[in-house]
Amino acid sequence: MTTSVETLEQLRVRLLIRFPAADVTLVTNPGSSAEHSLLFGAAHAREIALFLRDDSQLALDYCSNATGIDWPDKEITEVTKTFVPDPAGGPAKTVEHKTTHLQPGYLESVYHLYSMALKHGPVIIRVRTANRSDQVTIPSLTPVWRSCDFQEREIFDLYGIVFEGHPDLRRLLMWDEFKDHPMRKDYVEPDDYEWEPTAHGDVAERAKQHASFVAGGATSATASAADPGLISVTSPKDGPGSASPATPKPEGLKP
Amino acid sequence: MEMSDAPPHPIAAPSGSSQPGYTPFPAAGNISDADRENLRRHGVLMTSFEELYNWGRSNSIWPLQFGLACCAIEMIAAATARFDIARFGAEIFRPSPRQADLMIVSGTVTKKMAPLVVRLWNQMPEPKYCIAMGACAISGGPFKQGYNVLKGIDRFMPVDIYIPGCPPRPEALLNGLVQLQQKIKGEKLTGPHAANFTRADKPSEYPIPEYGAHDLEPTKNDTVWAPPGQKS
Repeated sequence: MTTSVETLEQLRVRLLIRFPAADVTLVTNPGSSAEHSLLFGAAHAREIALFLRDDSQLALDYCSNATGIDWPDKEITEVTKTFVPDPAGGPAKTVEHKTTHLQPGYLESVYHLYSMALKHGPVIIRVRTANRSDQVTIPSLTPVWRSCDFQEREIFDLYGIVFEGHPDLRRLLMWDEFKDHPMRKDYVEPDDYEWEPTAHGDVAERAKQHASFVAGGATSATASAADPGLISVTSPKDGPGSASPATPKPEGLKP
Repeated sequence: MEMSDAPPHPIAAPSGSSQPGYTPFPAAGNISDADRENLRRHGVLMTSFEELYNWGRSNSIWPLQFGLACCAIEMIAAATARFDIARFGAEIFRPSPRQADLMIVSGTVTKKMAPLVVRLWNQMPEPKYCIAMGACAISGGPFKQGYNVLKGIDRFMPVDIYIPGCPPRPEALLNGLVQLQQKIKGEKLTGPHAANFTRADKPSEYPIPEYGAHDLEPTKNDTVWAPPGQKS
């Protein structure tokens, strides 16, 4: 059972009375799961979290889950209709103007809070970064709920959110030398495709990309191997007949 | 079949000797297997050092005690009373690679774990064998198209037995173990076809891949593995 919109709205008003400078927004979920949540500005997230934990009516003493979300840049098209009166006195014409603007993307950390003492929850809270590239720091909630420790490390590892105040912010799943953040939407995997007997869907797409990659590499390899001048330069003592078996066969030519 | 008064001798050729791939060790001279069996019934045991040696070590395989994923649970189940891997002499799971003969790669090998598995393999003394247990250890399994799972442990070290399944039942692991025993019993100690562990020119250690910025470096060992359709 999730917390209703009314309850969250009451909680939001209460938080705003307690923290007048804070930025608290209600984010509704129109889906059937109806998992509504509260969005906190990063500046006051830590003190609000402490309040949620320590307030006697809320007593949200347990963070069961912390997870990351990547919201990439989104192009939003707005259509504005204007009525242009006809100077000749006819009916007014409707002109549609389409304006597109880019909504910058951001990264988001979501926490599910429960109260063990009062047996209620979950209350879902979110904190967002300013963008996806250089301003990715938000306050860590590990000092508030110890259970966030590994999960915030995982978010740091896979999404690249930097949690300020985390006691031990290292990669959790990938190795330390790894660059990039694999769960981001724009993550590009290394081309390590292999033959698949029944490739379909995304795998079939990767097979095509890999095939074009291999074909491109093989063409240049064939050209250099078929160049008799190159062979005679590398092995001047050998005749052309003995040199050709020693030439490495390009891998990409195999069917 | 009438009951024989003497129990079957362990050195006698196993019942699976007619299977393809298994070559019973030839007796000295021109004595056939039937003649040897007759002699054995009269108390004369004819064997060779090679046969005795292989019989001994194939029936006392010490696996390395380590597991990587859910296949390890099945491996543990194979060691319990219900399936009882001790029937095949392989119940002594060693926690140190220095004392182990067999590495059962039981589960998903992530790219982060792969260098450590190869390091463990290098630390095992010869003769040593490797069983790739389950779809993940063979090919990456359901995680093959992911970014973090090795597409089969056989690209960094040699594998003797592949056991398919997700995970394989304990019976499948036991069958794989019996297959490995037959392979060991067929190994030559001398001659041109001598097993790799008897030959100084064959490697027993393999390069350990490094952690790279996006993948392991190198992504495979070209001396032990080539992509499908590209035999090296």
